[in-house]
Amino acid sequence: MDTILTINNLTKKFGKLVAVNDLSFTIEKGNVYGLLGPNGSGKSTTLGIVLNVVNKTSGNFSWFDGKTSTHEALKKVGAIIERPNFYPYMSAEKNLKLVCKIKGVATGKIREKLELVGLWDRKDSNFSTYSLGMKQRLAIASALLNDPEILILDEPTNGLDPQGIHQIRELITKIANTGTTILLASHLLDEVEKVCSHVVVLRKGVKLYSGRVDEMIASHGFFELKTEDNKKLSTFLKNHPSIKDVIAKNGTITAFLNEPMDAATFNEYLFKEGFVLSHLVKRKESLEEQFLALTNNESK
Amino acid sequence: MLRLLEIEFIKLWNSRVSKFLIIAYFFLLTSIALIAAIKFDIGPIKFHLAKEGIFNFPYIWHFNTFVAAFFKLFLAIVIVSMMANEYSNKTIKQNLIDGLSKREFVLSKFLTVVGFSAISTVFIFVVSLILGLIYSDFNEISIILSDLEFLFAFFIKLIGFFSFCLFLGMLVKRSAFALGFLILWQFIEGMIYLVLRWKFDENFASNVLTFLPLNAMSNLIKEPFTRLGAVKSVAQQIGEDISYDFGVQWYEILIVLVWTALFVYWSYLILKKRDL
Repeated sequence: MDTILTINNLTKKFGKLVAVNDLSFTIEKGNVYGLLGPNGSGKSTTLGIVLNVVNKTSGNFSWFDGKTSTHEALKKVGAIIERPNFYPYMSAEKNLKLVCKIKGVATGKIREKLELVGLWDRKDSNFSTYSLGMKQRLAIASALLNDPEILILDEPTNGLDPQGIHQIRELITKIANTGTTILLASHLLDEVEKVCSHVVVLRKGVKLYSGRVDEMIASHGFFELKTEDNKKLSTFLKNHPSIKDVIAKNGTITAFLNEPMDAATFNEYLFKEGFVLSHLVKRKESLEEQFLALTNNESK
Repeated sequence: MLRLLEIEFIKLWNSRVSKFLIIAYFFLLTSIALIAAIKFDIGPIKFHLAKEGIFNFPYIWHFNTFVAAFFKLFLAIVIVSMMANEYSNKTIKQNLIDGLSKREFVLSKFLTVVGFSAISTVFIFVVSLILGLIYSDFNEISIILSDLEFLFAFFIKLIGFFSFCLFLGMLVKRSAFALGFLILWQFIEGMIYLVLRWKFDENFASNVLTFLPLNAMSNLIKEPFTRLGAVKSVAQQIGEDISYDFGVQWYEILIVLVWTALFVYWSYLILKKRDL
């Protein structure tokens, strides 16, 4: 698979504060990556370094095959970090023309991209008259002008109203479906969970995990169960070899698996043992639960 | 190179304030011609400035470049703000992310400065030529084309001054503060001179002053007014009007060029070292 970005032992210090600490990961073509971490965990700093606006303290990174200079590589990248930055006194279309000049691409795609983000009818309005949601969508249009190899988004829904958030998320899903590689930095876990196939988890500048979302915690999921005699069922399950933990709360039993088992097999098995279930759901831990488990484990 | 100039042109020309100031600047350059209209006609005293020899070739090159250089302050505002606004709009960050290298960024600003200086020089050349052809007492080609080094000095002076503005914009990041600093710096140079004159002697102090940026720039084209009187009296006696002391010295050009190089390099260095 083609590598888009390689980061090796990257470190950034702001005085005494270590914002990014010995970070290494790679980004492969075609995947959608989430860069997860609470506020101040070094996400934006990491992106700033690979995007040529923050100087690294040590370590290195390389774009694509490692032979192109960073600023040449950035012409094949589309990126938005933090707030959308444009010339306030220029119209959307003129701003995009300027971006085309900088990236060295033809201006022919401006209409297509503005239509994609739903701003074509406002193309002549000055950037300063745009709402935050529109500014953010314009930034996405601008990042897509060169049909980038990778789209980098840093907190794209930050500060938006629910409608704006929804629009941006739909847009990201749409772009992801076209096969564009995406790196999405966010502290909103459901956002990452909805679109990303891979995650890199950061806390205080240190990488806690990188890999596929569904492998983040080796877990086989859990069952939520209800029956007439909950007490009897929990005692029974506690002695079962496939169940590692049982929690009974609010009339529901949660049984955590330590080996794979599907719901139908489990239901049939319990029925034979004389338990008739009124409620059976098999679930996996949400990314949020996994993330909290991961960050908590590390801090202990 | 053309691409960088185009990028800067889009940024400047779409800003209403910059556009207004640029147009106003070139309008003011043309207004030098209005000096020709200064006439006093009070009873027995008849005075028409244009007839007093200020538009004589080659003196006109000296006079007009000296006067025109005052208007550079207008363009200084444009140049300081075109740098500082990139910081306040954070567009400098976006430019770099979009794939402009830091070197290209500084170069695009410097090329714009060179462009402004070149256009100003051509402008003042044309305005002076027309005024001269109308009012000059001497119209021989050889006289018209003498003393053209004042135009070259004007060009270098503008590049030097505007590069200083660029550097201040980059250093301070706020237009108003950068312009304030520019004025402050003028005083600082004066203070340095006074302190040195007090501690050492006048000769040493004025030698040091020659090397300070703003003074070096103003030294390039010395004030032409005393020369006007000199021209008159000398011309009356021997028909010669070349007085070497008023000329442009090569080392003065060199000093300004060195400052220009330093300002541009320092701007680049600041951008390279700074986390945006």
